[in-house]
Amino acid sequence: MSADQTRILARAAREVLPGQIVNLGIGLPTRLFHYLPAEMEVLVHSENGVLGCRPRAEGEAPDYDMIDSGGTYIATRPGASVFDSATSFAMIRRSRVDLTFMGAFEVDAEGNLANWKIPGQFSPGIGGAMELAQKVRRLVILCSHNDKHGNPKVLEHCRLPLTAPRCVSRIITDKAVMDVTPQGLAVVDIAEGLSVAELREATEAELNIDERQLGRF
Amino acid sequence: MTLLTHKHRTIEAAIAAIPHGASIMVGGFGSPGTPFALIDELLAQGQHDLTLIKNDANEPGIGIGKLIEAGRVTRLVTSHVGLNRRAIDAMNRGELDVTLVPQGLLAEKIRSAGAGHHAFLTDIGQGTEIAAERREIELDGRVWGIEPALYADFALVHAERADRYGNLIYRATASNFNPLMAMAADTVIAQAYRVDEPGRLAPEAIHTPCAFVSQVVRVDPATAEQGRRAHVG
Repeated sequence: MSADQTRILARAAREVLPGQIVNLGIGLPTRLFHYLPAEMEVLVHSENGVLGCRPRAEGEAPDYDMIDSGGTYIATRPGASVFDSATSFAMIRRSRVDLTFMGAFEVDAEGNLANWKIPGQFSPGIGGAMELAQKVRRLVILCSHNDKHGNPKVLEHCRLPLTAPRCVSRIITDKAVMDVTPQGLAVVDIAEGLSVAELREATEAELNIDERQLGRF
Repeated sequence: MTLLTHKHRTIEAAIAAIPHGASIMVGGFGSPGTPFALIDELLAQGQHDLTLIKNDANEPGIGIGKLIEAGRVTRLVTSHVGLNRRAIDAMNRGELDVTLVPQGLLAEKIRSAGAGHHAFLTDIGQGTEIAAERREIELDGRVWGIEPALYADFALVHAERADRYGNLIYRATASNFNPLMAMAADTVIAQAYRVDEPGRLAPEAIHTPCAFVSQVVRVDPATAEQGRRAHVG
């Protein structure tokens, strides 16, 4: 895992509050598992039908009937439950999941999210992302600030097909932590060693930055 | 519906009831809950032009991946095929007609059919291309999308335990779509590691009551697990 990903995950772990029900999206967000203190009373939801999963301990034998939505063999913690797919999505649609983390191809200043389809290149299906993005109380995006060609992923308006409109609360990248507000994106934290000018240069969306309030991470 | 006393079948007899061109719901999310033994028997018997409804396309070389690779599947209704490169390739070459449905909608469309409803109203997908061509209706001052129920001729489901009447118990995350599909299809074929005499399963432990299940097949855990360990993680 890269230093940038480690920085994103360490910062993202601070979003999780004791007592919450949290869903971790496929890819980088799943790694957050390892950043949550074992003693913290949080139940991790996985949409294939488990509430209260945890990573297997080192050397712990896999249970072949127990996976998370990414297909990794997992285990459960005290207070866990298992259920069918309809119940799992009822939990999501009724907004009983407090917080979810997802990756993004694009995210924009209005909180629109695109993370499932690149027309002509990549369209393997949306899985459960649409319901999670639309209905979970708080959606935090974890992604690199720029794609591998250096193009910004934080845009004025998403260009790819949306996963859900106006669904994002907060964006955490390797360069900044940004909140979606009625006035656009407000920068909460900026990465250590990065200047405000460099951050603006790497971002397509307009950023509201109050330098007196700015945190570092 | 099959009489209680006539549900316990051999796997060959159960699958032989499926004709060419059938629509078949297949349980499982990834590997857990996938009825591998029933799928292998379907592969062996040669039914073709099938429409499959499954959360995902399994992985290359296992589960319904085998049926897709053998050219036996005309149409697949699924929430994603991301773990099966060969299914993506078949879709891109136009050999497999894939209908992609968001996972929660897929589950609810199947549950609606199983509950005897013909459609439900939802706001899921509004403002996205998923809802672009969906019929809408206004109710209580809001606009709702109409999502039709999803039916099938057959369902193939996997249970941990069953009894001879067709009562089913699922285990851990092997539940997933199985109990929904077991209510939604006209003919439901269940595989289980154990098929007990009635009375051995506690009534309050039953997940799918036997009224929904047409045929029960006992499968050996060793063969039924084929492919499970191919799963990542």
